[in-house]
Amino acid sequence: MLSRVANALYWMVRYVERADNLARLIDVNQQQLLDSERLDSDRLRGFWQPIILSTGDEETFSPLYGEAGSTEVIRFLTDDPRNPNSITSCIALARENARTVRDQLSDELWEELNALYLFTRSEEANRLIAADPTRYYENIRRSAVTFLGIASSTTSRDEDWDFMELGRHLERADKTTRFLDVASYLPGGADDAQSAALHWSAILRSCGALGAFRAFERTITARGVVDFLVFSKNFPRSVRFCIEIVDASLHRISGTPRGTFCNDAERETGRLLADLDFGVTDDAFARGLHEYLDALQGRFNRIGEAVFESYVLMPERIQVCPAAEFRSSSALAAWQMQHQQQQ
Amino acid sequence: MEMFEGYDPGRFYDEMFDASGAVRGHCAPLLRKFAGIDQKDFLARKANSELYFLRQGITFNVYHDEQGTERIFPFDPVPRVMAAAEWEHLEAGLSQRIVALNLFLHDIYHDQQILKDEVIPRFYIEQAKHYRPEFRGVDVPGDIYIHICGSDLIRGADGQYYVLEDNGRCPSGASYLLENRNALKRAFPGLFDEMGVRSVDSYPRDLLNMLHHISPRRDESPVCVLLTPGCHNSAYFEHCYLAREMGIDIVEGGDLVVVDNFVFMRTTRGLKRVDVIYRRIDDDFIDPVVFRKDSVLGVPGLMNAYRAGNVALANAVGTGVADDKVIYYFVPQMIEYYLGQKPILPNVPTYLASEEADLKFILGHLPELVVKAANESGGYGMLMGPSASKEEIEKFRGRIIADPRNYIAQPVISLSRAPTWCDGAMEGRHIDLRPYIIYGEEVKIVPGGLTRVALTKDSLVVNSSQGGGSKDTWVLRH
Repeated sequence: MLSRVANALYWMVRYVERADNLARLIDVNQQQLLDSERLDSDRLRGFWQPIILSTGDEETFSPLYGEAGSTEVIRFLTDDPRNPNSITSCIALARENARTVRDQLSDELWEELNALYLFTRSEEANRLIAADPTRYYENIRRSAVTFLGIASSTTSRDEDWDFMELGRHLERADKTTRFLDVASYLPGGADDAQSAALHWSAILRSCGALGAFRAFERTITARGVVDFLVFSKNFPRSVRFCIEIVDASLHRISGTPRGTFCNDAERETGRLLADLDFGVTDDAFARGLHEYLDALQGRFNRIGEAVFESYVLMPERIQVCPAAEFRSSSALAAWQMQHQQQQ
Repeated sequence: MEMFEGYDPGRFYDEMFDASGAVRGHCAPLLRKFAGIDQKDFLARKANSELYFLRQGITFNVYHDEQGTERIFPFDPVPRVMAAAEWEHLEAGLSQRIVALNLFLHDIYHDQQILKDEVIPRFYIEQAKHYRPEFRGVDVPGDIYIHICGSDLIRGADGQYYVLEDNGRCPSGASYLLENRNALKRAFPGLFDEMGVRSVDSYPRDLLNMLHHISPRRDESPVCVLLTPGCHNSAYFEHCYLAREMGIDIVEGGDLVVVDNFVFMRTTRGLKRVDVIYRRIDDDFIDPVVFRKDSVLGVPGLMNAYRAGNVALANAVGTGVADDKVIYYFVPQMIEYYLGQKPILPNVPTYLASEEADLKFILGHLPELVVKAANESGGYGMLMGPSASKEEIEKFRGRIIADPRNYIAQPVISLSRAPTWCDGAMEGRHIDLRPYIIYGEEVKIVPGGLTRVALTKDSLVVNSSQGGGSKDTWVLRH
């Protein structure tokens, strides 16, 4: 398959997954806020700040909003076009990637993503964000899940699928660690037991994991949640589960037996998977949860870069010209594309 | 019948009704079908067809719009119907024309016999903007240059079809032809029952067969790709659509590399050789080594691979000389010169500004004429004399005098009209027809073509960039 196509499929799915996760995170936290007793603006800021920090968007946020309250934060994360990681930006980017590989997608898959995009740009969406945010986030989540379902039932299990799986699970692993990391930014740590329990159950709910967790352990504790969301072998949003799929997808693409490697992406993934397979929750807390999660995120990024190097850039094979995405994103390229006379 | 009540065919040739207002025989069954649909139902179905286009993403980008607005190409659900005999006549005329155009291009890029025999003045060829002298003597597979031609046909007040222009570089619109049929079938399935409408499904297959036919590699199944300028191009939807229907890869310039005069695409498993490129990029941008140096859309070295015969291009390089509007003037002569036949389809009467007598006539009659730049398309670079302001006319007068080689003029042809739903009523709107002619092992023309309609009242400009829409085109079996 074309390298550019592999790259676009990978990003299309990553962006949908990102939007889905953000919708979960915002919705759950907004609901959690309703349980909170005192709602003065300082407290609200204190509440949302960690979420901004954990999604890694503070640099974009601060200059735009300064002294922001709840509403501003939510709009920033939800439909601010200036935030490249807002839900609507992610969906627009997913669609943009889909457009460039339209011929590879089933009609149903394209239509679902396009319909989601049209929804995010509609008056109705605008109204819902203000009046009934839960409905809005539910629409996003449902559509993302439908997208996933259509993809899974209309995509052949070949390289197309492997690159999509790769993108989805790398993104999912990353977002799970970021949800967990929200705790690290809470002012004064989550010390009082009641708000800690509330907080950790919110994280579980963001990951759709509350039910699954309860089946596994009755009391919600920091240690229990981290154990479940990082090391569970069976829960589909746990880091270990995701990296297992990343590893399997990479080896299906290259044809190399698992447990061995033929490129940096496989080597990085294999080492990370071994660490997760043989790791325990104590390691995370011994190192400091934030540092531990941060290190994981760094390793996900290295895997992503290595995938790009191995399958898209291919520097060892081609020295002639830079990869397509760099070229086609330039303003000159866009101009020339537009001015190709179509008779 | 109620939607057609009070319909006025006007003083034009109407595709559905004759001058007395009686329905034309071949349209009668369709009109009866519409009689069974009430207006409310009609509107709901029409809205449905529009939703289909929007959901499929069959849209074009509005340039210079910061919001990145995408619009659908307006679709009118009342089909344009052609009788079987009418289409046979067009088919014969178009086949004759594409054969002659290809013989002409081969001649121009080899012996130039037609110039030596002074059928066409040498000056016109040598000054044609899209003539590529550097490709003289280069052989192309099967001696075919224009593999896909989109010739625009119009019908005058006398009911006679004329060829308005030949688009022999990268004609677009075929996907709309196919999607119009899909949309109409979905929204108005009942219309098709027992009507004997000829299918248009064969287009992608014919296109792919043609691409296979011109492959330089005979030993194995050729690898064909569609080369697009990219997703910001207005025809991008079409590129994806056709590539998918044919089951070939769609590539951008950056996906291809030339190594030792062979073309390859970059895949996740390394480089894969490419044999045939259906290119939707103009000559100017296709290879920065040979043509425009600043092109980032093309493939450096592609022209060397092409000259070496290692890759085939559809359409060939240099076909633009044949759709220069001055050269168009000579197509009837080409048909007689190369084929010894009378042209089946006439040209629109045309005046060449670089001929002294014609120039005098043009300058004396600007308010009555349509003036066109020789190498523009899409309705640009054009003066519609009767509706133009004094300033516009004077502006064109200056341009024509300064550069007569690049201008032609034609009388205004009042294009035929077809009933079209316009804001609550059925009204006559001017239309044209663009058939798509494929020239591979044999000439194949998908029945009908794309009917474009000028939605603005009294407008004669059907281009989508200027307020045009389209209709499904029916060719009847009997």
